[in-house]
Amino acid sequence: MKMNRIFKSGGILLTIGLASFVLISAASAFQASSIPTARLINSDDLVRILQSSKGEKPLMIQVGSHVLYSQAHIPGSEYIGPATSEGGLRQLRQRVGSLPRSKFIVIYCGCCPWSHCPNVKPADDALRALGFTNVKVLYIANNFGADWVDKGYPVAKGD
Amino acid sequence: MALVAVCLGIYFLEHPSRPNAPRAAPADRALAPDFSLPDLTGQRLSLSTYRGKVVLLDFWATWCDPCREEIPHFVELQSKYRDRGLQILGVSMDDGPEPVREFYQRFKMNYPVVMGDAEIGERYGGVLGLPIALLIGKDGRIYSKHIGATDIAVFEKEVKNLLQK
Repeated sequence: MKMNRIFKSGGILLTIGLASFVLISAASAFQASSIPTARLINSDDLVRILQSSKGEKPLMIQVGSHVLYSQAHIPGSEYIGPATSEGGLRQLRQRVGSLPRSKFIVIYCGCCPWSHCPNVKPADDALRALGFTNVKVLYIANNFGADWVDKGYPVAKGD
Repeated sequence: MALVAVCLGIYFLEHPSRPNAPRAAPADRALAPDFSLPDLTGQRLSLSTYRGKVVLLDFWATWCDPCREEIPHFVELQSKYRDRGLQILGVSMDDGPEPVREFYQRFKMNYPVVMGDAEIGERYGGVLGLPIALLIGKDGRIYSKHIGATDIAVFEKEVKNLLQK
């Protein structure tokens, strides 16, 4: 009887633990933090590539909101829409659909602190699923204002 | 011990910017730029309507996790201090009002939300990260600016101080 109760309690605890693990895993699946470091690019390296006279220039895609893009974005980058939404992902797939899978692509957002950004991970996942092999995600620790604009990197405004 | 150290390491890697740490506004207490923006029904709403009240101006978006976490606390704060002169005003930086309307109902928001644009962002010094919340005194001046998710206790303390002025 006592053993039964122990097993029952253990089972409940195990179920709760597993459910928590699944929920946490599902939530983190959308977080930028789960993108492997090897797939990231930092601001200095990106600027160096953009300013270099040699080498392939990336297609840069902003996957945050249009209001943020209009205020400030990386010159030459294109607005796609929040990749956390199906509409944004659809536009992303349309934009890159006809490109060679080896195309150098940089995606960025900067809406929120890195660990909370909901947009870059789905965009990265979508590009990988389409077979793109040369995708980098711009690492923005806090937000685009603090980590790009305020640091004096090149900025463009408007649509 | 090693496990504790690893866990602490992961925690600090995941929370590099201490999002609860507020950044104070400049001491000159600039006047909050007025604006007239459409609310979720399309009616235009101006900040100047609330002159004489303490205003918590929250720049947010429905897809922004830290913004979403703050909303239920703002709803509580609005209920608690409405009669004493607090007015919370949300400025959504979403691309359109549809998801905001749905979010507004789901979270039972009890304060107005207007749809922001690039112009208001620039007038407020660039809203290039979310959330950003400003506390505006009864005199229409900006008393504090918080970038990133901020503990509700910080807002409540500042609101109480401003309501007493």
